[in-house]
Amino acid sequence: MAQEFDIVIIGGGPGGLAAGLYAARARRHTVLLEKGVIGGQISLTDIVENYPGIESINGFDLAQAMLKHAENYGLEAHYVEVAGLERAGQKWVVRTNQDDYIGKAVILTAGADYNRLGVPGEERLTGRGVSYCATCDAAFFKDQEVAVVGGGDSALDEGMFTSRYASKVYVVHRRDQLRASRVLQERAFANPKMEFTWNTVVTEVLGENEVAGARLRNTITGEESTLEVKAVFIFIGQHPNTDFLKGLVSTDEGGHVLVNDWMETELPGLFAAGDVRQNSARQVVSSAGDGATAAIAADHYISNTFRE
Amino acid sequence: MPKPHEVTDTSFETEVIKADVPVLVDFWAPWCGPCRMVAPIVEELANEYDGKFKFVKLNTDDNMDTAARYGIRSIPTLLFFKGGEMVDQVVGFRPKSDLKRTIEKVLS
Repeated sequence: MAQEFDIVIIGGGPGGLAAGLYAARARRHTVLLEKGVIGGQISLTDIVENYPGIESINGFDLAQAMLKHAENYGLEAHYVEVAGLERAGQKWVVRTNQDDYIGKAVILTAGADYNRLGVPGEERLTGRGVSYCATCDAAFFKDQEVAVVGGGDSALDEGMFTSRYASKVYVVHRRDQLRASRVLQERAFANPKMEFTWNTVVTEVLGENEVAGARLRNTITGEESTLEVKAVFIFIGQHPNTDFLKGLVSTDEGGHVLVNDWMETELPGLFAAGDVRQNSARQVVSSAGDGATAAIAADHYISNTFRE
Repeated sequence: MPKPHEVTDTSFETEVIKADVPVLVDFWAPWCGPCRMVAPIVEELANEYDGKFKFVKLNTDDNMDTAARYGIRSIPTLLFFKGGEMVDQVVGFRPKSDLKRTIEKVLS
């Protein structure tokens, strides 16, 4: 079965939700397709404290507020997984694991997924001490020692969250300085439970049925060691969710979709916004801004192309 | 309408292990965002499989013994029991269609 809309939005993070709000307020019949949790990455975030006008809010709550806001103006959210996308005359067909969706314009806001370390033990022990979400799992490691891998905002943010429960948080970072914002660095260095291990990579996650430790290697001396921890939280960046595009549209080497200032891709009626696009600042506010821009551009595109 | 009710460390044996139909146990906690997405799906499933499958939830903050016994280190986690044995598990948020597939597998 095929369902017809003016605008089909792929992905329910801040970019998609903002696009949905603007598209619905432009009175475009709009659907947002989400395969997992509304909010995307922020739904796993404990506290968002850099969204202008909102001093501090739980990430899941912010996403729910954005969804409700857009739904008030008529946005529909459908929980399906997108398998592919193709041009059909002047319109687009979005194939999913359920219905097909036909749209005059499509906005890609599929976001990004976290990177895996790709070391032995990681996959086998996921959910058994290996975690990509401290806000989900930290509470299970009360008074235990844990490791956090990475040196960006997420690593420090989630590391500090974990320190509420854990007795010790080892931050394992492959460089000798952090990428994270200054505010977070200051807080993390002042946190007595956090200890930094520089120039070090994880080569294996150890443990039978649950995590027992991590095998480490110093990138300068080559020295190997074992860190006895009950959990390994991994925050080593992310990759855009653009596999389903299968080369349909130009991307950079990292898979990010190329767009112009109006979030237009090279293909008519196809827009991309937020973490899927090249040069995204990867913030809630910048993704939301991208989404709004894409929806305004899509509205204009539909008016011009379909001679309304 | 059958709504998934709360089980505890004390009631787990009678409610889950000794149940006469297969049971889905939703391990959750109030602070867990994705758990709040799972709950309405489990409610829908409870309606669809009324009588054939039992649906309960367990708060891991208040019932740490059971969570520890089954090695829960991540939530949401759904454990599936049949004849008192844990026969399948789903870790993390999954769409309803995935969960239906697991339920059908457990039933067959």
